[in-house]
Amino acid sequence: MSVKVRIPAPLQKLTSNKSEVEVEAATIKELVESLEKVYPGIKGRICDESGKIRRFINFYVNDEDVRFLKGDDTVLKDADQVSIIPAIAGGAGENRK
Amino acid sequence: MKKELTAHDKERYGRQMLVDGWSEDGQLKLKNAEVFISGVGGLGSPVSIYLAVAGVGKINVCDFDVPELSNLNRQILHHDARIGINKALSAKETLKILNPSIEIKEFPCKIEADNVHSLVGNSRIIIDCMDNFATRLILNECAIAKKIPLVYASVWGLSGYLSFINVPRTPCLSCIFPEAPPREAKFPVVGATPGVIGCLEALEVIKYLTGVGRNLENELLVWDGASVDFKKLPIRANKDCPVCGALRDKKA
Repeated sequence: MSVKVRIPAPLQKLTSNKSEVEVEAATIKELVESLEKVYPGIKGRICDESGKIRRFINFYVNDEDVRFLKGDDTVLKDADQVSIIPAIAGGAGENRK
Repeated sequence: MKKELTAHDKERYGRQMLVDGWSEDGQLKLKNAEVFISGVGGLGSPVSIYLAVAGVGKINVCDFDVPELSNLNRQILHHDARIGINKALSAKETLKILNPSIEIKEFPCKIEADNVHSLVGNSRIIIDCMDNFATRLILNECAIAKKIPLVYASVWGLSGYLSFINVPRTPCLSCIFPEAPPREAKFPVVGATPGVIGCLEALEVIKYLTGVGRNLENELLVWDGASVDFKKLPIRANKDCPVCGALRDKKA
């Protein structure tokens, strides 16, 4: 399946500043592997050491959070739109230690 | 004691009172409202400025930090002469100039689990303008305990998020992001980004207090300024959420 993936700003350094990329994948798990092949290092930002998606990063397939589907086993269809939504912290100062 | 609108108020706020559904009643609600702004940096600047000039009667501003030169590209409450004085105090000075007819209370302290309830006090809404998730989660729990809404926002570079959290009608912050992201020492940001998202936060507060419009409940606004894209994603409560799960109907 060919799916479009929206890359959030904090990860765009790894995708040559591209905000949307297209990869082949049948599930979210495969999608992460496919991304890693083209953009080495991205998996380490998305997944923890055991390969699980980090809990502060949400994946949406079209308009549904995969945590309410089948998590990283969620099946992808051709032309699905996947969005990666990480928690971002910014708002006030950067002085706080 | 309920405050009434003066002739001065009616002139000062006349233009916003023309907004559909606002009128004198909406303005009176703002005048008698008390709100808590946590953090007066990048987001807290536009939030507090727009709430002050809209005539919110009592604004509590909390920040333990001091402005630094590197803050001034975005923290428009503060300026060069304020470098080194407490941000909450600096915020109060600016807001008093912008609207001398409202009450501003400054809290120059750090928000912790053991002081958050007294800091928020009788405020009817908490506006999250923090730079870290640990404090956001403290505010999230406080809002749930006090049964008041929390306006959540955060920014990064040219992008930002926003949601109106009002448990049990909506998910809580922990439902959306069960874990805090790692701390970044210095993330990229240009002032216009918290400007956009902070103005949207202020509008959420104004809508809630006046009853005009509808709040951003059960949706996360994902704004990408680089491609000028506003996207709303549905968010759902986690029945097993360690923070708010106990309040959820398990059968639903």
